[in-house]
Amino acid sequence: MKIKFFPFFLIIIFLMIFFIFYKGLQNSNIYTPTIQDEKSIPNFKAKVFETGKIINSTQIFEEEKFYLFNIWASWCLPCRDEHSYLVELSNKKNLKIIGLNYKDDIKKAKNFLKELNNPYNTIITDKNGTIAVEWGAYGVPETFLIYNRKIVKKIIGPLNQSSFLEIEGLVK
Amino acid sequence: MKILKFLIVFVFFYSLIFSNANSSSQNEITKNLRCLICQGQSVYDSDSEFANSLKIVVKQKLDEGLTEKQIYNFLEDRYGKWILYDPKFDKNTYFLWLLPILLFLIGGAIIFKLFIIKKN
Repeated sequence: MKIKFFPFFLIIIFLMIFFIFYKGLQNSNIYTPTIQDEKSIPNFKAKVFETGKIINSTQIFEEEKFYLFNIWASWCLPCRDEHSYLVELSNKKNLKIIGLNYKDDIKKAKNFLKELNNPYNTIITDKNGTIAVEWGAYGVPETFLIYNRKIVKKIIGPLNQSSFLEIEGLVK
Repeated sequence: MKILKFLIVFVFFYSLIFSNANSSSQNEITKNLRCLICQGQSVYDSDSEFANSLKIVVKQKLDEGLTEKQIYNFLEDRYGKWILYDPKFDKNTYFLWLLPILLFLIGGAIIFKLFIIKKN
């Protein structure tokens, strides 16, 4: 019996393509970068918000301690929404909050903190957004939980009740 | 004096050529980077905050002496493969790269069978 190879082969190819596109339809079209577990924090130099002094990242992040690294700006509306969570987290004794003031006007940033309270132990500035790129961030707000100079958790967008509880649970 | 003049002219043109080379490779690299917060735009085309920061970072890295490949690796490490328009040839992209060749071969085989074998 002569096997009709070509029609059979074409059907297989079309089925394969159909299957790939069908699977693709089920994927989310919102891109979230894959975060490698326990990725080390980048090394960088930055200006301290209050004093203007240049500081190295190794001077900010000590080993065996929890840090919350929060990227914020006074012009960013979602930053206002999450600020109350940061203020609440600043009461935790075993957690230090480091702020990265992103592409902001110092005067406006100071007013923002005056109005909503300052939860940060240290604030550094990122005038041109390059430090945020070193962290793999692509906007404000973004928050990283760090332990032992490694990123434990990354939260893209403003903190909410569930991420707040998650951080609280991890820091305990 | 002549040597001094020559040196000044040489340094001037050298820096001009060098800065032009750097800015053209900066454009080349940013054209191959996807703006992650924009819709269908490269970093080169976009004027978003994210894209502007990336342009500065690429320039800084070029000035530091990093190669194009090292810059792509640096960004891929932070943002994943999605940031590159030109995906690398690895186990996740075999199908993507080989499918056009496969389809071309199948098409060629069909044409060969239909027209050449039948003619004979």
